[in-house]
Amino acid sequence: MHPIRRQRLQWVALIVVAASIAAALMAYMLGQNASYFYAPSQIVAGEAPIGVNIRAGGMVVEGSVDRSMDSLEVSFIVTDGLENLQVTYSGILPDLFAEGEAAIAAGKLDSKQILQATQVLAKHDENYMPPEVADTISEAYQRKQQHQPEPQEALQ
Amino acid sequence: MKLNRQWTWFHRLGSPRWFYQKTQCWLPWLGAIAAILLVTGLVWGLAFAPPDARQGNSFRIIYLHVPASFLALAGYYLMAIAGAVGLIWRIKLSFMLMKSAATIGAALTFIALFTGAVWGKPTWGAYWVWDARITSMLILLFLYLGMLVLRHAFTNHESANKASAILGLVGTVNVPIIYKSVDWWQTLHQPATIKLTSAPSMHPDMFAPLLVMILGFYCFYALALILFTRAEILERERRASWVRELVAEKQGGL
Amino acid sequence: MQFDNVQQLLVMDGHGVYVWSAVFVSVCVLIGLIIRPLRQHRRAIKKIARELNLKKTGKLTGNSQEASDASNT
Repeated sequence: MHPIRRQRLQWVALIVVAASIAAALMAYMLGQNASYFYAPSQIVAGEAPIGVNIRAGGMVVEGSVDRSMDSLEVSFIVTDGLENLQVTYSGILPDLFAEGEAAIAAGKLDSKQILQATQVLAKHDENYMPPEVADTISEAYQRKQQHQPEPQEALQ
Repeated sequence: MKLNRQWTWFHRLGSPRWFYQKTQCWLPWLGAIAAILLVTGLVWGLAFAPPDARQGNSFRIIYLHVPASFLALAGYYLMAIAGAVGLIWRIKLSFMLMKSAATIGAALTFIALFTGAVWGKPTWGAYWVWDARITSMLILLFLYLGMLVLRHAFTNHESANKASAILGLVGTVNVPIIYKSVDWWQTLHQPATIKLTSAPSMHPDMFAPLLVMILGFYCFYALALILFTRAEILERERRASWVRELVAEKQGGL
Repeated sequence: MQFDNVQQLLVMDGHGVYVWSAVFVSVCVLIGLIIRPLRQHRRAIKKIARELNLKKTGKLTGNSQEASDASNT
């Protein structure tokens, strides 16, 4: 390669490397400051500020969704498996919001550690399947759960 | 000696005239294949693929969202490499390809963001969320647009090319960030459905039309890239003798 | 087909607005990406043809220098 071209190639490589380092540093800082998202156990531990806009999320506890009869008022509990967090919200919930599914609520925490949400978002996973397939899978799962205790009993 | 001859071949490949003449006969084929794939994939995905168990019919937006995002990202690498080749070897054609790729990339990124927003409303409950994936995708749009706008800041064509190639190269760091953002940060956006290392987490009946759409978008991308570059070649090389002969020939034929 | 009739295909259980607006905008952008370079190409050819005709009739003079510096790299 021509020496001038080699020099240009080196410049190009230098630009890419420098930009990568800058971006990596920024990403690292972002990761450090990404605490605007709190898990329920962090909130219960008192890590989240009160009266400031934060986001919290987790799985919606089965049977915890309580819809008001005469308004859009709704309250539910999200959990991260360790602790529970009470959330109240007034508005239309997204289609994918359901008990046992992941949800993210944004809003302010009040003094009773209840999240007064101004927005509730539903998170879904990367799996896509037709309804019939989903039914078959959940049936198979239930059947498996029902059958599982038996061998344990046999062992005892 | 042999090495030298290889480099002349490389330079011949970079000749706008060679590119213009070679791509002429590809166009109808590429156009037909792209049209067939896109129409088939879209009809299949919108009307014949089964609905998703949880999202219902809104999931059908995936047939536009994923292919557009794919090509917006892959196209960025193509553009950045074209810019790097242009910077190192000073090949005019390379810069023309870069400019064309920037225009197409911006349009595809816009499609990805728009379809994503429209998909987000019924599923997540919001059109827009400042989540790492979406924000980094917005940065990609600004990078593409920035490359196009930056050109206007220069009266000299050569410095315009160089500046936008450098901006493009700096922006390449954004591409892996976009790709990995769903794994690195707490995002609302779901992780990738199609991965290189494992089988897609999608039912085959739904995945088949998606694959057709992705192939269709690749062909479309190639077609658009060639069309934009050919137009650019004619504009830039309009004083070259081969262009004049070509136009004179066309006129004679009319 | 997953839908019984065209009406259902358009409504998509209430998701039709989202799906079809996404399709409409995307298709418009894609068509634009094909039409724009084709127009640009046609315009460039017209422009060159005009320049050539002017030169032939001798109305354009003193442009020979510009013509020579457009050689290949």
